[in-house]
Amino acid sequence: MVAPILEVSDLCVSYGKVEALHHVSLKVRPGEIVTVIGPNGAGKTTLLSAIMGVLPFNRGSVSYQGDAYAHVDIEQMVARGMTLVPEKRELFGEMSVADNLLLGAFMRRRLGFRDEAQTLEKVYTIFPRLKERHQQMAGTLSGGERQMLAVGRALMAQPKLLMLDEPSLGLAPLIVREIFRVIADLRKLGVAILLVEQNARAALQVSDYGYVLETGEIALEGPSDQLEDDPKVVEAYLGLGGKKD
Amino acid sequence: MDLQIALLLAQDGIVNGAIYALLALALVLVFAVTRVIFIPQGEFVAYGALTLASFQIGQTPGTLWLLMVLGVAVAALDAPALWRQGCRAGPKIYGLIGRQIAYPLVIAALVLGAQPKEWPMLLQVLLALAVVVPLGPQLYRVAYQPIAEAPVLILLIVSVALHLALVGLGLLFFGAEGSRTPAFSDASLEVGGLTISGQSLWVVGASLVLIVALYVFFERSLYGKALRATAINRAGARLMGISTTLAGKLSFLLAAAIGALSGILIAPLTTIYYDTGFLVGLKGFVGAIVGGLASYPVAAAGALLVGLLEAFSSFHASAFKEVIVFTLIIPVLVWRSLTTRHVEEEE
Repeated sequence: MVAPILEVSDLCVSYGKVEALHHVSLKVRPGEIVTVIGPNGAGKTTLLSAIMGVLPFNRGSVSYQGDAYAHVDIEQMVARGMTLVPEKRELFGEMSVADNLLLGAFMRRRLGFRDEAQTLEKVYTIFPRLKERHQQMAGTLSGGERQMLAVGRALMAQPKLLMLDEPSLGLAPLIVREIFRVIADLRKLGVAILLVEQNARAALQVSDYGYVLETGEIALEGPSDQLEDDPKVVEAYLGLGGKKD
Repeated sequence: MDLQIALLLAQDGIVNGAIYALLALALVLVFAVTRVIFIPQGEFVAYGALTLASFQIGQTPGTLWLLMVLGVAVAALDAPALWRQGCRAGPKIYGLIGRQIAYPLVIAALVLGAQPKEWPMLLQVLLALAVVVPLGPQLYRVAYQPIAEAPVLILLIVSVALHLALVGLGLLFFGAEGSRTPAFSDASLEVGGLTISGQSLWVVGASLVLIVALYVFFERSLYGKALRATAINRAGARLMGISTTLAGKLSFLLAAAIGALSGILIAPLTTIYYDTGFLVGLKGFVGAIVGGLASYPVAAAGALLVGLLEAFSSFHASAFKEVIVFTLIIPVLVWRSLTTRHVEEEE
């Protein structure tokens, strides 16, 4: 078995006195797509924020590429190939699509790499729409295009671990399908992906392994195809909701 | 007032306005990136001019000691975090020592050993900048970085404190006497009966070059774009690995450079005292307010307006010239609050 690229153990995060995550542990191996599904408010975004270093955690550790961290520094994680596409996208609205993409490669440029032109071509191949709109301001894009830009900008960093927070949120079904097609394609490039989703059916279909997060705790885990058939998952997450997409 | 006088006043207004415009741009830049209202901007004007003046009379400016002391302070603050990172941080530690300890020592050796009094003007200017400009990022590290996430009001209070401290240090370093440096060139231009001094042309020309350079920096360079990105969306920028600290230090570096250069440019035109910077910076601030602390072109235009208003009011009501200039801020604020939607600070 390959050593995991990311291993979260016993992670606890609280906002003031309210504990949002209780003793969460999970693993992502290189080239694997792992999904965390669960209802709104279960702590999925908190989990990704803590792994990335956006939020401090009070207990447990995050180990990335074999190094365990008790405190995570965002800059250091970005430098080591971890990239987060946040739920809110956080694009640079008053800058062009091309500049948004270029800034995705900011850390690589700082580290001395000069390959952003080739990476940009790859991103444009994955999302031809971004190439058409490269001079447009990011703030004027449609919802789907904004998500493509957010993912494209993350890919500019050539991540080893890509974390996606609700990539399907608020998007039309057709665009959701395209985003999930891209996620499946990324696996072929060897990128490990940690995918947080409410759209449980799509997430389980595209992933290798899944965790179910409920009120801050891992309620269930297993290979995605088994989770898809698990009666509890079917009832809670796939039942009616699953037929929509 | 005849045309001759009007032209003379306009020339004066444009020259001063160009300096105010530079300072207004620096204030907008610092505020957009760090949310700091940089009141000590003016102290960099005074420090730049007075450091140059010290070199020219063969004295050692106190700013040199400040550079060394702050270097030690920054190194002491940054070292523990690097130490904890262990062997990976090796090059960073050398970088830190190089910038904060070795660099000030090299500059000190130059100042004390190489007799800058005898140097050509251009080299003296560069040496003055080499002493004063690094103070910007150093002060950011010491005063603002620990509270980078604090509300705007707290950052403002720190700015006031820092301003008072720097004015006090200015008095200690340079004394209460004012200084004036020789003009960059003695040439003057005769246009339709109006004499334009070479220094005026220098000020306007250098300001224009700087403004264009800033524009190119923000539009074309990676770091300029990173600063804009931080101003637009701090959370997004952090996720790209553009740290708040890096952006803060970079914007303070630019602000310090603009401030010091402005001081050096106006030192031949007006006598600079240790506390002159504050008033100059405040006029730049009025310009920046016209631009809502957000728009670079409007801030620059506003600052130019401040310069012209000041020149003409000094002719008509000399005693009230500051009053008139600063009263401008009231209609501007009223107009802005009526026309723009008020946005609560998001934290």
